[in-house]
Amino acid sequence: MIKRLLQEVKEYKKASILAPLFMVGEVIMELMLPFLMSFIIDQGVNKGDLKAVITYGSLMLLVAFISLICGFLSGHFAAYASSGFVMNLRRSMFENIQTFSFANIDKYSTSGLVTRMMTDATNVQNAYQMSLRMMVRAPLMLIVAMFMTFYINSELAVIFLVAAIFLAFLLGFLILKVNPIFTEGFKKYDDMNASVQENISNIRVVKAYVKEEDEKEKFFNAASALRKTFRRAENYLVFNSPIMQLTMYSSMLALSWFGAKYIAYGNMTTGELMSMFTYTINILMSLMMLSMIFVMLSMSVASAKRIVEVLDEKPSITNPENPITEIKNGTIEFENVSFGYYEGEEKYVLQNINLKIESGETIGIIGSTGASKTTLTSLIPRLYDVNEGSVKVGGIDVRDYDLVTLRDAVSMVLQKNVLFSGTVIENLRWGNEFASLEEVQNAARLASAHDFIEEMPKGYDSIVEQGGTNFSGGQKQRLTIARALLKNPKILILDDSTSAVDTATDQKIREALKTTRPETTKLIISQRISSIQDADRIIVMDESHITGIGTHEELLAFNKLYQEVYETQKRGDEE
Amino acid sequence: MSRPKNVGTDGKKLDINVLKRLLIYILSRYKIHYIFVFICIVISSLAQVSASLFMKILIDDYITPLIFTVEKDFTPLITALMVMASIYLIGVITNFIYQKLLVIISQGTLENIRRDLFSHMQKLPISYFDTHSHGDIMSIYTNDTDTLRQVISQSIPQFLVSFFTIISVFISMIILSVPLTLITLSMVVVMQFVLKKIMSKSGRYFSKQQKMLGLENGYIEEMMEGARVVKVFNYENKAINNFNKINKDLFDASFQANKYANILMPVVGNLGHISYVLVALIGGAMAVNGWGNLTIGGLASFLTLNRSFNGPLNQISQQLNSVIMAMAGAERIFKLLDEEVEVDNGFVTLVNAKENEDGSLSEVEKVTNIWAWKHKREKGQTEYVRLRGDVRFYDVNFSYIENKPVLKGINLYAEPGEKIAFVGATGAGKTTITNLINRFYDINHGSITYDGIDIKLIKKDDLRRSLGIVLQDTNLFTGTIEENIKYARPNATFEEVIEAAKLANAHYFIKHLEHGYDTVLTRSGASLSQGQRQLLSIARAALANSPVLILDEATSSIDSQTERLVQEGMDKLMSGRTTFVIAHRLSTIKNSNVIMVLDNGEIIERGNHKSLLEKKGTYYKLYTGLIEND
Repeated sequence: MIKRLLQEVKEYKKASILAPLFMVGEVIMELMLPFLMSFIIDQGVNKGDLKAVITYGSLMLLVAFISLICGFLSGHFAAYASSGFVMNLRRSMFENIQTFSFANIDKYSTSGLVTRMMTDATNVQNAYQMSLRMMVRAPLMLIVAMFMTFYINSELAVIFLVAAIFLAFLLGFLILKVNPIFTEGFKKYDDMNASVQENISNIRVVKAYVKEEDEKEKFFNAASALRKTFRRAENYLVFNSPIMQLTMYSSMLALSWFGAKYIAYGNMTTGELMSMFTYTINILMSLMMLSMIFVMLSMSVASAKRIVEVLDEKPSITNPENPITEIKNGTIEFENVSFGYYEGEEKYVLQNINLKIESGETIGIIGSTGASKTTLTSLIPRLYDVNEGSVKVGGIDVRDYDLVTLRDAVSMVLQKNVLFSGTVIENLRWGNEFASLEEVQNAARLASAHDFIEEMPKGYDSIVEQGGTNFSGGQKQRLTIARALLKNPKILILDDSTSAVDTATDQKIREALKTTRPETTKLIISQRISSIQDADRIIVMDESHITGIGTHEELLAFNKLYQEVYETQKRGDEE
Repeated sequence: MSRPKNVGTDGKKLDINVLKRLLIYILSRYKIHYIFVFICIVISSLAQVSASLFMKILIDDYITPLIFTVEKDFTPLITALMVMASIYLIGVITNFIYQKLLVIISQGTLENIRRDLFSHMQKLPISYFDTHSHGDIMSIYTNDTDTLRQVISQSIPQFLVSFFTIISVFISMIILSVPLTLITLSMVVVMQFVLKKIMSKSGRYFSKQQKMLGLENGYIEEMMEGARVVKVFNYENKAINNFNKINKDLFDASFQANKYANILMPVVGNLGHISYVLVALIGGAMAVNGWGNLTIGGLASFLTLNRSFNGPLNQISQQLNSVIMAMAGAERIFKLLDEEVEVDNGFVTLVNAKENEDGSLSEVEKVTNIWAWKHKREKGQTEYVRLRGDVRFYDVNFSYIENKPVLKGINLYAEPGEKIAFVGATGAGKTTITNLINRFYDINHGSITYDGIDIKLIKKDDLRRSLGIVLQDTNLFTGTIEENIKYARPNATFEEVIEAAKLANAHYFIKHLEHGYDTVLTRSGASLSQGQRQLLSIARAALANSPVLILDEATSSIDSQTERLVQEGMDKLMSGRTTFVIAHRLSTIKNSNVIMVLDNGEIIERGNHKSLLEKKGTYYKLYTGLIEND
């Protein structure tokens, strides 16, 4: 897992190596300083020799200066490497998320993905930076001190070995205990985020129904669940420092006792025991530092896992091995197609659909709410893959095409008209980023959007708010139609996308499509008979099935459901 | 409405007041805990200090004598070791206690902050949500709050320990030599100066980092919400490019911030070394020449003190990074907490009432079918006005942004039980009118009355409780279908829920779901069709059973079968209720009592369907599809 994560270091490898290297320099300089200090006292001050003080003093200044430079560079590279590393991580995650199918996204939920990209990534960044700087410092100090103790008295040094093993064992145990709790904690964190996100986007309903207090309670529960979990984890971690001290004090006592015996029988000097004490503190301090790093790392292990999950998630819809990059025409065939959103679902939402649509045909689709009209069309650009049967475009199974090719050829205007923050023209150019202003305007004209865009003070450069809140439903629909037309698709799917547009404009758009895009296969899902009655053929859907296909007149004559809809709408109009 | 604002500041210098406020926030809520933490820290540091003193005593008084005795008696040594063991044990226990307390404090404080944020956010006016990116708000709860954790659990105790050490060392230094203390202090001043320089740099970048985190968060959310469109348009690579730009800016800020933070430690540490050399030189000169009563032994001790004095300073500087980062986070947290909340000076409340024999009303505890406005008059009299649903606008002007009027001179009268419809082009101000009735926004001029009472006098909660609402975007919540319908009245019985669902004609489809009313909805009910979601939102409004309804045209994309059913249900729901309909489909409003045609914030036509058609004006054009209604 760590290995997978470290693959993302990429161009920051050099900095990642330089940072600890300079840290080594800094540590070496730092280890020299105490000697110089004792020289200043022993050789200079104690002997009243000012010259020696000056000599060693200036040497110390020099060492301090080198240490400063090393520290500066180490800090610089560590910051550079860790910021770069996390930038790569976020980029790779985002890139992978972009290949996700809806099944993948559902698995994590939006807020779950956001937490992974933000909080988890920050945790890893901090842990990485800490590792680069401290992982060298602590072991180096440890090694030097260990070496010195063995040098002084190897038998006594065994005490440290026992202490170190004891510590390592306990710390390992703690980390094992804590890790699953952190994993659980992050799940709670997602839940809490989801709760905030939902509240913010539904704030109008919350306020309208005066539900602030209940929402607060909901959130408080999520927040306190989070606190409890993290507290449980940290309750293990608090043992860290006492255990550390316990070990340190025990070794000091043991050292005193055994040391005293050595000294008493003349096998060791008191000065050596003093140095042993100093090194004990050194060793245990670096162990302490290491344990702190481990705590940090173990906290970030849960984060790292969650990041790797996203990085390694295989998109459930992928390109075939030898993708076909050309689509002949806009014919569409459904052969025995069955589809369900969730695995193991009892009932498919599309059952055994058979259908053939010719290139250039205009097809209307009508049917009751929940009849899976949208689902049917979503299979064409492979937003989902069928469970059984096959969907073919231009005579070839959609699963054999290159995804970009396929989706470029199939334009879909969705029920929910999503516009993005930016300008009008930026939004329209989603369809074709290289489209000239003229092409954009032409598409806008086709969609009857040109006039109202021009009427805006900044025209095509007008700002679109996040979610397109500054446009009306009808305007949004027309903008999204224009956006889809700019793709110049072979197949155009309009999913109830003129519901807010007035009937005359609706009519105008349909006629414009018919005359200027005769080659394009047009699928129009609508609730209004008027929007589809002049289609070449109309498909009537009810509860996962197609119950009738035919022209307006044919259906009116033979299809009961269609007749009902027609009657209702006619009556509505005449009233 | 303006562009979404960013919650953070534009990377300007951090304010010391933020730190002060943060400390007060953290310390004040756990006063007693902190007192215990402090006591434990003092004891534990004393144990640590005695540990170092012990070594000298042990060697001088216990071990050295052993060398020279022939009969080696280890008992005094054992006793001494036992004493030390108990002191150490106390040290370990106190250490454990304060660590444990800190966990309670840090996790508790984080929860407190989140609670405060959320509670405060619930009170903010709708305009706040209309003008801020939602992802950016989210970032405050996560990225910014997270920055505080380390400050609470590590920095503050570290400061306490260091402070304690510094004070004791400082006193010893003064006793030894005042001039050398001054030299040490002057170096501290230099350190302070350098620290301040570096901190302001890194603070600025940390501030920027937090801001960029918010921005990036917002972008990810927007792309995730629009994932369908992103896929349909093969926009993945463009999205990645845009993301990389933001991500690069975040990198720049993060790199700079961390760089300055990282160099703090070596800079402070090595300034400490310079201080040491200075003291050695000057002290050496003093000792040799016998100035200021400084002995050579005294100088040696002073130099040790100088090290002990700079050590904790170094430790503090290590913690400063997290403090700076926390300040950047805290700044954004406080910014949200400082946002002005919705003001509510209303005092007229909604109560259950019963009708007396003389026709007057009086308040009762139990639930009746009669509601009344409880209006406290000046002379201590209380007047009860029956809730009927009479809404009037008098000469109302309104604008979201100054000098850009959205509604101009609106007058309208809605009698109880009447159905008032608004039609007109986009931007005509239809939705705005409904925003004003429930006081999502306050009017600039004129007045709106409800049963004869100015709505400004009515408590907002009660005002909104009396208004049912079905919005254009159906907003459902995570939970079961039953919970969603019960949203406005959580204590409604299951029978009432079914009744409401039947009224909205939602019962049929719910019954056919595998888990019926217990079906769990996630992601705003993504598993349902748009029509089904709307039926649920209508059922929700039906159960709320309020005398006035606001319908922001919820029937636009339900198929005509369902639509007819809904229409029936709505008609049932609307009977006897004052209803404001923002119409997108004119067929649904033909039976309205009054239809108002809005244009550019003004009512240009009013009448019923028939009279307006005969007039052959704008309504006629809208109806026949000559102009677009929205």
